Amino acid sequence: MSKKQLPKLLSETTMTKVNEWIAKYPASRKRAAIIPVLTLAQDELGHLANETLDAVADYLEVPHIAAYEVASFYSMFRLEPTGKHVVSLCTNVSCMLAGSEQLKQWFKDELGIEPGQTTADGNITLKEVECLAACGGAPMLEVDKQYHEHLTVDKMAHLIRELT
Amino acid sequence: MVTIEINGQQIEAEPGSMIIEVADAHGITIPRFCYHKKLSVAANCRMCLVEVEGMRKPLPACATPIADGMNIKTGSNMAKDAQKSVMEFLLINHPLDCPICDQGGECELQDLALGYGRDVSRFSEDKRVVADKDIGPLIETEMTRCIHCTRCVRFGREIAGIREMGAVGRGEHMQISTFIEKSVDSEVSGNIIDLCPVGALTAKPSRYQARAWEMTQYDSVSPHDCIGSNLHVHVRRNQVIRVAPKENEAANEVWLSDRDRFSYESLTKSKRLLAPMIKQNGEWVETDWETALERAASKLNMLAQTDGAEHIGALTSPSATTEEMYLLQKVMRGLGSNNVDHRLRNTDFSWQHNEALYPELGIELSELEEVDACLLIGANLRKQQPLAALRIRKATRHGSIASIGVRKIYNNFRLKHEIVAEQEQWLEQIAGVAKYLLNKAEQAEDIDTSDNLGFEGLDALLSSVNIDQKHADIGEMLLNGDKSSVVLGLHAVEFNHAAHIRMLAKVIAKLSDSSYGLMSHGGNSAGAYLAGAIPHRATAGADVQEVGADAYQMLDQGKRAFVLLKTEPGKDSVLADKAKQSLVNAEFVVALSCFADDEAFEYADVVLPIASFLETAGSYVNVNGLWQDFTASVTAPGQAKPAWKVLRVLGNLLNLKNFDYVSAQDVMQEVKGRMSAVGDKVKPKWQCADNLPTDGWSPEPITIYQIDAWTRRSPSLQATAMGQGREELKRPPLSPFHNIIGGV
Repeated sequence: MSKKQLPKLLSETTMTKVNEWIAKYPASRKRAAIIPVLTLAQDELGHLANETLDAVADYLEVPHIAAYEVASFYSMFRLEPTGKHVVSLCTNVSCMLAGSEQLKQWFKDELGIEPGQTTADGNITLKEVECLAACGGAPMLEVDKQYHEHLTVDKMAHLIRELT
Repeated sequence: MVTIEINGQQIEAEPGSMIIEVADAHGITIPRFCYHKKLSVAANCRMCLVEVEGMRKPLPACATPIADGMNIKTGSNMAKDAQKSVMEFLLINHPLDCPICDQGGECELQDLALGYGRDVSRFSEDKRVVADKDIGPLIETEMTRCIHCTRCVRFGREIAGIREMGAVGRGEHMQISTFIEKSVDSEVSGNIIDLCPVGALTAKPSRYQARAWEMTQYDSVSPHDCIGSNLHVHVRRNQVIRVAPKENEAANEVWLSDRDRFSYESLTKSKRLLAPMIKQNGEWVETDWETALERAASKLNMLAQTDGAEHIGALTSPSATTEEMYLLQKVMRGLGSNNVDHRLRNTDFSWQHNEALYPELGIELSELEEVDACLLIGANLRKQQPLAALRIRKATRHGSIASIGVRKIYNNFRLKHEIVAEQEQWLEQIAGVAKYLLNKAEQAEDIDTSDNLGFEGLDALLSSVNIDQKHADIGEMLLNGDKSSVVLGLHAVEFNHAAHIRMLAKVIAKLSDSSYGLMSHGGNSAGAYLAGAIPHRATAGADVQEVGADAYQMLDQGKRAFVLLKTEPGKDSVLADKAKQSLVNAEFVVALSCFADDEAFEYADVVLPIASFLETAGSYVNVNGLWQDFTASVTAPGQAKPAWKVLRVLGNLLNLKNFDYVSAQDVMQEVKGRMSAVGDKVKPKWQCADNLPTDGWSPEPITIYQIDAWTRRSPSLQATAMGQGREELKRPPLSPFHNIIGGV
């Protein structure tokens, strides 16, 4: 149990942002900042290792298990190491009707990965996610933090191949 | 009060209470899993859905506050349909492994499924499987059986103050878990076994040992701390299978500490002493009771006759029963010696003539949770009286707690003010608070000497004490509390200037209008005082002609002969190795022990096998003076006999008068009879010390699972993180909102 662990894991710039977020809430309710702090930590470290989760929990003065609960609940938190780019493919109803299954198949045929897997060169990780609230542009996927909508297999293939 | 109607029955009830509370109070059954009267309302199992007239949908009875004129139907078609549907959902993922489940036969889900379940499941898909977790040596997990009621999670968060379990993942993937394999290390962790309504969390030591319907239930009382927790002892074929809590709001509420719950293992999983043993020419040989007792009696008698009984000393564990201690002191005083004591861990006895009749808390245990302000002095409640810590934790919802100690203590409640003093300065720190309050009282009443307040000599004693801000804060905290309390813990009782601490604490309590009291060692220190197992007073506080030697003197200076009752002074005494040496040096030692690996075999001459707790009838008096008697749950193994019988025969062999008891009850009646004769003559007295010593020394405390011969021999307790002495301090300071729903 040490509040000193998180500053060791994260850069000074990130820690400044972490403290900004904590300052937005009452001092006795630091736990309210758990989602933004976990997001910041993940942005810098790529994924949330147990060590990171413990450090965040200690920094916010919550039990360790409280950080695990949040991190395991939201699909945008990654508990395992990922490739350089994370591609989140929506397969919810709208996207499915608009052809997301073919997109998923492309990943398997061309890159040899299924949802949850990473390409051999460590470049791309594919995730299958629920609705990302962009049904108007179905089928869609998200590359890191960028939405790409109205996809076709060709359009997507071009997009993914461009990722380095 | 408002009037509501449940199933046509008119009921007056407190506004704001939940439907389920009112129904429970009137014997109307509503099925439930997640609701528990001691935990916050979660309303996540939905089993308690009932029909409320005027509402379109059924409402959860546990989370619906009553309103005037509400008409509730718990068994209408709408309610029954809802309850049956919920049950169907709960059973979707629940395995049908009742025949191999330890909970089978006493399972809430099984019971309710009988009333609300369908014969056949309509769910034909695969059931989910959840991997089991290893959460330590006390609790067995079978997480596939979990129905996500979250009682265990809420217990950790709200009651124990250590949140170790949580709901990880979501949707169908949600599991109750510690996430990564961590053990659950709380000192009250066993309670989640009782709370779990299904077989997901069961007791590991008694796993697969017996079925609920094969066991007989006896009531007993725990010997490990001064709370006097009530036990249900579950016995099959004269063997204790497990121990569960018996509800008693005045003592343990519905909880048990792990120590209370699992120490029964020492009865069966240790090397028990099965026959009397005597030492002949340096060799231990088994013998019969007659020979062993004759030898003990004749040797003690000879010593008393020739050299004087003052050369004999008797020591008892503070967890022996009142009856055993009474007979022990009766034997000793019959021989003509007042050398009898149970205070093996005390180092300062100079206050003993000013003490009250018995060590008491000064406030009911149940009221501890209502205090607005409480000052703990040298108390590590979590380790020493775990259930008192839970009460104090409840008090932090509205009240403030302060602590003045000599060790950094990791509490499961938040302290408003904390002073961790050096051992040499401890007295000064306590005196600071006393002086602040004294100055304030003198100013308020415009008097210039403490004598007028009833504390002769206090001004002079405190004249050189400095007051700093922390002392003032603690003083103010106590003054501002409507209901305030000063409680001394075992560190204070064991301190080498305990008399000074007690004196100062009384001043603080008196001047701030707080209650004053102390926690005591073992399960029956109060009983020891009442029985007379103390050198300075006889039974029920009667005067003695000549004050005998206290435990420290006896073991420090040595005696020619010792009688030991359920204690191993090498481990129990504060003098440790020195105590053992004194016993080695003694000419003659007779030990009454339950165990074949007792320390006594290193120095005793006669070792008599006696019944353990749960094997003997007797009584314990807790720190509130609550006198609880119990019968034996099982009989002792081999030739072992209840210690009161052994002492009775010893009394007969010594030709002492009035040793003709037929039962432990007889002995208790005699003690109680004495109580009414001389009981209330003893009043605590004020005596001012001459100076504040600066050579304070606080003995290293005994760890939680080393406190008595039983816990030391309970394998499961020893295997826990705390038993191994590697307690991880993974507890962050708790949010002040930790008791509120949704808090962490």
